[in-house]
Amino acid sequence: MIEVQDLHFTYPSGVEALKGISLKIEDGEFVAIMGENGAGKTTLVKHFNGLLKPTKGRVIVNGIETTKVSVATLARKVGFVFQNPDHQLFAETVEEEISFALRNFGFSPSVIEKRVTWALNLLGLMQYRKTSPFMLSGGERKRVALASVLAWDPEILILDEPTIGQDYQQKENLRQFIMQLRTQGKTVLVVTHDVEFVAECNPRVLLMRGGKLIADGAARKVLTDPEILAQSSIVPPQITQLFIELSSLGFPSDIIDLYEARETLLKAFGAAAK
Amino acid sequence: MSMFDGLKYRRVFSPIHNLDPRVKFTYACIIFIVAILFWEFIPLLVLFVIQVPFVILARVRREWLRSMKGAAFLASVIFTVNFAVSFINSGYMITFVALEYALAMTFRFLVLVESFSIFFLTTSPDHLGLALEQTRVPYEFCFAFTTAVRFVPVLAEEAQTIMDAQKARGLELEKGNFLRRIRNYIPILIPLIVSAIRRSLELAEAMESRAWGVSKKRTNLYELKLHGSDYVLLTVTVVLLVAAIYVRLYLPVPRLAEIFDYFAH
Repeated sequence: MIEVQDLHFTYPSGVEALKGISLKIEDGEFVAIMGENGAGKTTLVKHFNGLLKPTKGRVIVNGIETTKVSVATLARKVGFVFQNPDHQLFAETVEEEISFALRNFGFSPSVIEKRVTWALNLLGLMQYRKTSPFMLSGGERKRVALASVLAWDPEILILDEPTIGQDYQQKENLRQFIMQLRTQGKTVLVVTHDVEFVAECNPRVLLMRGGKLIADGAARKVLTDPEILAQSSIVPPQITQLFIELSSLGFPSDIIDLYEARETLLKAFGAAAK
Repeated sequence: MSMFDGLKYRRVFSPIHNLDPRVKFTYACIIFIVAILFWEFIPLLVLFVIQVPFVILARVRREWLRSMKGAAFLASVIFTVNFAVSFINSGYMITFVALEYALAMTFRFLVLVESFSIFFLTTSPDHLGLALEQTRVPYEFCFAFTTAVRFVPVLAEEAQTIMDAQKARGLELEKGNFLRRIRNYIPILIPLIVSAIRRSLELAEAMESRAWGVSKKRTNLYELKLHGSDYVLLTVTVVLLVAAIYVRLYLPVPRLAEIFDYFAH
């Protein structure tokens, strides 16, 4: 469980990035953190594995206050996949890249071998086991970065902009993958601008603006509220836009799911046909 | 990092910022030469103090103080080492000569940092490149120079992100013995170098697609021209140099011990 109490953070340069944030994320929750550029999303999640320590307030992860332990200790529980894979890839082979963190955490060689194989299979990277990560395409590098974090099986997983530069198929794979993690009881946090992706996943949404939390609730509620969205320069998902336009005809405007949209429309047409 | 912070250019409008970079560079160099001419404390202190009005005029007091603070550590090392050496040489006695020498060496360093910090704080990299160009340095070199300066903060920021990413994968930089600690930096250096090379290739492609180097003879939108204030500073600097040489050669420079004696009697 992650508990944030009145968190303030000011960068050494004097920029106040977080201005009093309080929230609670339960085990096994799926949370999307959204908001315009510079809203403080990445700054917030960097507090969850101790990369940043609060200027004021407290962050408690699994009952441990983040100021009391090192990043390495927290990282064992909290996996953080950075936005740009090129900021972490350095090893000669994909295999070594994935085992890097495992060696840091002191796993035994036989366990490392097993975990690496498991992670490679999970993300469909088996054929690149002995390839240099620098030879891979952008999307593949992103998957290697993800695999290198998943390998130590953290309880909480933070993904910073996982959908950037991914084609639709890869996004869909990622979505399936997150759902799979959820069934294993993992907590997943996603920092993203991708409204359509969030609409399809339907997680809890935290909306940030200017270092503050301006909305916290189900995607269905937050992403269909034009007033809140306008405040944080987010355009509603396409299907919601359609239903907002149709709301004058008596349709509900809080729809983000394609399947639900289809059912609603069919029902209305059915009624009209009768 | 804090010492380099004190060298980073900030866009402020002030009479000092408007001066010609070439004149400012000459000024910094001559201050340096004058500082080397003297090994007595009093003239070096004077040299240090007369530059303070420049700092105030340029409105970079905060940044300047930061660079001075950054230099303080090295300055105290210089003081300690010099003082210790003359302390031992003079047979374990604290003498005015030893104190003066150590203070003078410290202030020589501080004067150097001060003058160059004024130069870098008040000169934009663009102006620097322009100055290089107009002193007939080939344009390729000028461009490489300004680009290098321009990318230093970008690289520093990137290094921080990489460090965060590797720490998030359990890397502990301060762990292990000396050799191990150096090895700990490999996962940070490799991504940094790779991305620097990638970026330079991308930059080259972007430049070529914008027709870099098409015309052999380049013209500039801004031409550097010496104005009245530039001539004033240039004159002051030259006078300072001449006066310093004159004082060095023909006038006695008061020493700390003499001043102390004078007041003691």
